[in-house]
Amino acid sequence: MSKSRLTREQIAERAAMELPDGVYVNLGWGIPNLIAAYVPSNISVYFHSENGILGMGPRAKSGEEDFDLVDAMKVPVTLLSGGSYFSQDDAHVMTRGGHLDICILGGLQVSERGDLANWRVPGAKGAGGIGGAMDISVGAKKLFVTMEHTAKDGSPKIVKTCTYPLTAIECVDTIITDLAVIDVTPDGLVLREVAPGFTSEEVQAVTEPKLRYAAKVPVMPLKPH
Amino acid sequence: MPLKEKVCPSIDAAVADIPDGATIMFGGFGGAGFPNNLIQGLARQGAKNLSVISNNCGTGEGELGVLFKNKQIRRVVAAFPGPGAKYFQEQFDVGEIELELVPQGILCERMRAYGAGIPAFFSPVGVGTEVARGKEEREIRGKRYILEQALGADYAFIRAHRADYMGNLIYRKAARNFNPIMATAAKFTIVEVEEIVPTGELDPETIVTPSIFVDRIVQAAGKRYV
Repeated sequence: MSKSRLTREQIAERAAMELPDGVYVNLGWGIPNLIAAYVPSNISVYFHSENGILGMGPRAKSGEEDFDLVDAMKVPVTLLSGGSYFSQDDAHVMTRGGHLDICILGGLQVSERGDLANWRVPGAKGAGGIGGAMDISVGAKKLFVTMEHTAKDGSPKIVKTCTYPLTAIECVDTIITDLAVIDVTPDGLVLREVAPGFTSEEVQAVTEPKLRYAAKVPVMPLKPH
Repeated sequence: MPLKEKVCPSIDAAVADIPDGATIMFGGFGGAGFPNNLIQGLARQGAKNLSVISNNCGTGEGELGVLFKNKQIRRVVAAFPGPGAKYFQEQFDVGEIELELVPQGILCERMRAYGAGIPAFFSPVGVGTEVARGKEEREIRGKRYILEQALGADYAFIRAHRADYMGNLIYRKAARNFNPIMATAAKFTIVEVEEIVPTGELDPETIVTPSIFVDRIVQAAGKRYV
């Protein structure tokens, strides 16, 4: 069995398995943006965009772009049957007001109590930007974070206490990485699944807080590539 | 029926009276719904020392970029200045521009509150983060909230799809974004539109911004500037 960590696409593929039929979902920048492509064809998921779209469809075909219909990353998209348009404040009535079933964001750090830091690297050049991440994190019925398990220098991104500027406190429900699926619970972090080829101990070694896990932790049910 | 004449003959005439030091809201998000004709007009007009409220800070010279390039702006309230906001970033890095960074939904809600006559409100967004710094915190029914202030402006520059002569507005797709909220939160709202139609031609059931929120209407040149 290979020992390579999951690709970003595989993280997205695993995250897509968390989406039940009929949910309203917001996807953030980065890995989350890859997830829509992996939603199984036998379920319906309604995507929300903070600029006033519900029922957002795939990217518009070349030559059919309408630049009044773009996603939060300026990409021309489409509207599915049953979709709707509204203003930015109504879009955030949906986020902050707790109307979205599942939101999936990228992460720089997640703490053991579910604090999320995802908008700014300390010392980075420029003004940074919060965008909709704080509103989304606070309001989501369930918040998933998809990210690489460790930073480029190998340091854990799942930490006891976030050292990066926070997006929201105690907001994350589940972390999906290139090594594991981890649930944030009142009793601490629970290792639910490991990536193919990795052991619970190997995941623990690159995770700062103590993980709770059963003697045998299931392997992520990914399709063979 | 006598009506205040709201339709303005040209973009330059629509922005001629904007004074130095004005606070202006600008609609637009993701390249859609920006009042780019009015922005270009304001660049030609040359008002300086402006405070602006906008989701982002331009893309190169596009959208608000030209106003930063011309150094017409001294203060910004924004949710996401943006990686393409070259001229803003250059001036921010050397301390020439003051920035208040606001969560996007709170930016909306602060304007909505202002337009609705609500001076401040408690919100869960930003609790325990640097956004909460200096703000009153209160526990309400067991949860933590921070006090956010309403946000108004002297002017709103917005973009709509169609207006009638009275200033009723409809928008197109995701180009609606911040435009209707800003129309309610400014003392004077100027809208550029793709089409101006006689009063009575818009279906009242589809009007998003009622005329009471609109003070000046001007025909935009072309569909999009950028």
